Amino acid sequence: MSNILEIKGVNKTFGGLHALQDVNLQIEEGETHAIIGPNGAGKSTLLNCCIGRLIPDNGSVTFNGKNMIGMEAHDINHAGMVRVFQTPEIFPELTLLENVMIPALAKRDGTFKFNPFKSLLKETAIHEEAMATLADFNLDRFHDHHAGSMSRGDKRRLELAMGLIQHPTLLLLDEPTAGMARHDTNATIDLLKSGKMGEMTKVIIEHDMHVVFSLADRISVLARGHIIATGTPEEIKNDPKVKEAYLGEQEDE
Amino acid sequence: MMKNLIKSNTVIMLIFAAVVLTAPMWTAPIGANYPDLLQKFAIFGIFAVGYNILFGLTGYLSFGHAAFLGIGSYTAVWSFKLLTMNVVPAIILAVIVSGIFALIIGYLSLRRSGIYFSILTLAFAQMAYSLAYSVLTPITNGETGLQLEQQDPRIIDSMFGVVVTDGLPSTNLFGTLMSGYSGFYVAAAFLIFAFYISLKIFRSPFGMKLLAIKSNQTRMKYTGFNTKPYLLTAFIISGMYAGLAGGLLASIDPLAGAERMQWTASGEVVLMTIMGGVGTLIGPLLGAGIIKYLENIFSALNKSELTEIFSFMPEWLQTIVVNISNVFVGEGWHLTLGALFMLIVIFLPGGVMEGVTKIKDFILGIFGKGEDNRTAEIEGEAK
Amino acid sequence: MDAILIQLLNGLDKGAAYALIALGLTLAFGTLGIVNFAHGALFMLGAFCAVSFQKILTISKKVKDESITFFDAYKEQPYLEIWWGDTGTAIIDYAVPLSIIMAIPVMLLIGFIMERGLIRHFYKRSHAEQILVTFGLAIIIQEVIRHFFGANPIPTPAPDVVSGSAAVGAFFGLNENLVYPWWRLIYLVFSAAIILAVFAFLKFTTFGMVVRAGMADRETVGLLGINIQKRFTIVFAIAALVAGLAGVMYAPILPPDYHMGMDFLVLSFVVVVVGGMGSLPGAVAAGFLLGVLQSFASMTEVSSLFPGIDQIIIYLVAVVILLVRPRGLMGREGVFED
Repeated sequence: MSNILEIKGVNKTFGGLHALQDVNLQIEEGETHAIIGPNGAGKSTLLNCCIGRLIPDNGSVTFNGKNMIGMEAHDINHAGMVRVFQTPEIFPELTLLENVMIPALAKRDGTFKFNPFKSLLKETAIHEEAMATLADFNLDRFHDHHAGSMSRGDKRRLELAMGLIQHPTLLLLDEPTAGMARHDTNATIDLLKSGKMGEMTKVIIEHDMHVVFSLADRISVLARGHIIATGTPEEIKNDPKVKEAYLGEQEDE
Repeated sequence: MMKNLIKSNTVIMLIFAAVVLTAPMWTAPIGANYPDLLQKFAIFGIFAVGYNILFGLTGYLSFGHAAFLGIGSYTAVWSFKLLTMNVVPAIILAVIVSGIFALIIGYLSLRRSGIYFSILTLAFAQMAYSLAYSVLTPITNGETGLQLEQQDPRIIDSMFGVVVTDGLPSTNLFGTLMSGYSGFYVAAAFLIFAFYISLKIFRSPFGMKLLAIKSNQTRMKYTGFNTKPYLLTAFIISGMYAGLAGGLLASIDPLAGAERMQWTASGEVVLMTIMGGVGTLIGPLLGAGIIKYLENIFSALNKSELTEIFSFMPEWLQTIVVNISNVFVGEGWHLTLGALFMLIVIFLPGGVMEGVTKIKDFILGIFGKGEDNRTAEIEGEAK
Repeated sequence: MDAILIQLLNGLDKGAAYALIALGLTLAFGTLGIVNFAHGALFMLGAFCAVSFQKILTISKKVKDESITFFDAYKEQPYLEIWWGDTGTAIIDYAVPLSIIMAIPVMLLIGFIMERGLIRHFYKRSHAEQILVTFGLAIIIQEVIRHFFGANPIPTPAPDVVSGSAAVGAFFGLNENLVYPWWRLIYLVFSAAIILAVFAFLKFTTFGMVVRAGMADRETVGLLGINIQKRFTIVFAIAALVAGLAGVMYAPILPPDYHMGMDFLVLSFVVVVVGGMGSLPGAVAAGFLLGVLQSFASMTEVSSLFPGIDQIIIYLVAVVILLVRPRGLMGREGVFED
């Protein structure tokens, strides 16, 4: 197995706070890799460093052999690394169908294409693909609803659909089940395990251990900006350092 | 948006063209069927339709679009002076030159977003306005405004042996004079063309992407779009529309003055767009029509006419009503405009088009047909 | 050297007006999150407070003109003069400074009504809508003023005592003949006092502390259980008062007309943006800076080099600053980015 994403020696400080300290992480092709850790461990910071929202102080982020640091968000997307957001980042004023057509168009048109005289009606290929993707997520019935009017759970699923339709090489999922009811969570787990989603290389940031252990091939534990352990779910369960980190947090709470 | 697509472009354009070209007839009952006003409807309609491509689709509020209108006017008058009295080159040049200015101003202004963008466009427009009054007087003729003169070179015209010996030459379209109804029909033809382009843009992937930028620009970037060129293209297109409107204004009355570029003039096009309905296809056009019509009526009224209008009232009431309404007419038209502005933004931010939808829903509601599939489905889901 | 001193003073005068308007604008942005295009109208209303106060003081009665003896001539004589003689004349002479007494409650009331009646309902709406609704209001205010006061500028002289000029040249050890109008110097001192008062108020009072905290982080202050609504109203009224007082005192320098508000508004907005949105010191510094720059640009030496530069210098500086230093001179990151 080759490494699809390599994070080497990444540091990030905010003011005096070390959010990330010498983080090393390899994501292998085809795996589902979960990053867990107590609140404030730097999980989201790490994700943001990968997709160009933050620039690490030093270290390297290499994706498919290409250096990602300093690249624009839209170029990182086209390189094949796509992020699904924690709070649904959708287009509330657009319909569900349009929400899914937009990323499909991005895949086809690139970062910029001026085609003001082409009719949307003639975009049958994109249209069909979008409808099929919506169907995968059980959202096709609502295709002409405004995304902003949907429930939170539906918005999360829409986000996943928007990520999936771009056929990314690597999908970064930021707490895909946060705030979901139990049966929605289970449905999402099934969704992420099966079909096209199942085959995709994924990095998942998650609090819910049930989700993590249902999905992950490997797990990395982040605490106070350090990766303290990486391994299979079984290894992580029995790692004393991990227990300590989590118990420490529980005492705080 | 997909739902609207069912209606075919051809059908819409045929209806639209029919409505616009028959305007001299159906405006007769409201007393708006004279050429000057109809020309204004068409020209400001173009201006507003173009402005809507920027503001309506991307949500970027420019306070400087009047500058492009002014630039278009100056360019057209120069074309009349130097080249020919034919309006075709004048209008083409007006569109091109204002497009170039839009490229420069847009490139710089779009480096910022939100209110900073608005202030930058405002600053650029005010610069253009101030310069037109001062340093650029050789080009703009300062406060007097740029006018035609009998001894202008008119190179192309003189090549064809057209010599003006008596008075000022008139603008024309291959011989047809631009005054009166023919002026209106030329402007109307451009309006139909401009509306068609706008319709195409609204219903293209490009237009949908612009709407998505308005909805959530950050998401667009992470979805793989470079949003800057999209915004800049929209800015340039709307600048060219403004230039077209400016060129047409100069074609009908070959005089260009800097006051066309003042920021309050930019405010007016914003109002037209909002009044009709931002982001709707036909709204800005309605807005332009309503405002130009009201301007025409209100600014022409005076106290004695008001007295006549309210003569059916008892005398004491008549005096009160006349005195109050007198504040809003004649020179007070701007007061009415300001009040309209506030009322629309406060109570009907979606403009007339939102009002129409509300009324339609209300009527359909009475007859029990208002429940479209969407609400029914959501209710079904809840159960 | 002489010319430079004069232009510096001119610039500071103009800059003081910009700074005072920009100060109020910034207060409104920073605390209330409101982009107020009607703020220039408040400045104009202040100037018209001076005008109306003068008009009220000079309400006159037609009396026989005794100085003309060979036929019956009549003249207008203010009641104040009829009642109190020379004291009355003196009061009329001091109309502008005295009108401050009237302007304070009037401007506070206008600010109060504006906030309660309109602005408050726009806190949650987009900046674009805030701009549009206040733009509409600004048009209404200026048209109402035009309806009542006409379109022409109304001369509103300063008191006689200070209508002359001060020998600033002698004071600075320059040319003895170099003079500068007293009133303009008074205006400068007055503006500085107002600015200092606002800063002191924000710095040393509990109320000011809350306002500053609100400017730094609006949501948190809301969570502290402080009655923000009431404070917002007061902040807005203060902003209106500052603009109004600037207007009152500016009346003798620039005879007020109905569109002076719009003229100053655009420039003050540019000032605010240059200073950095939400930064009070930035607004003041940028106000004076741009005022002085504009003044120097109008010197013949400069305008012969760059013709027309005085007309556009402010906008030019604004464009350059916004592009090079996007957050203005003293702006913080992330303020009003959307």
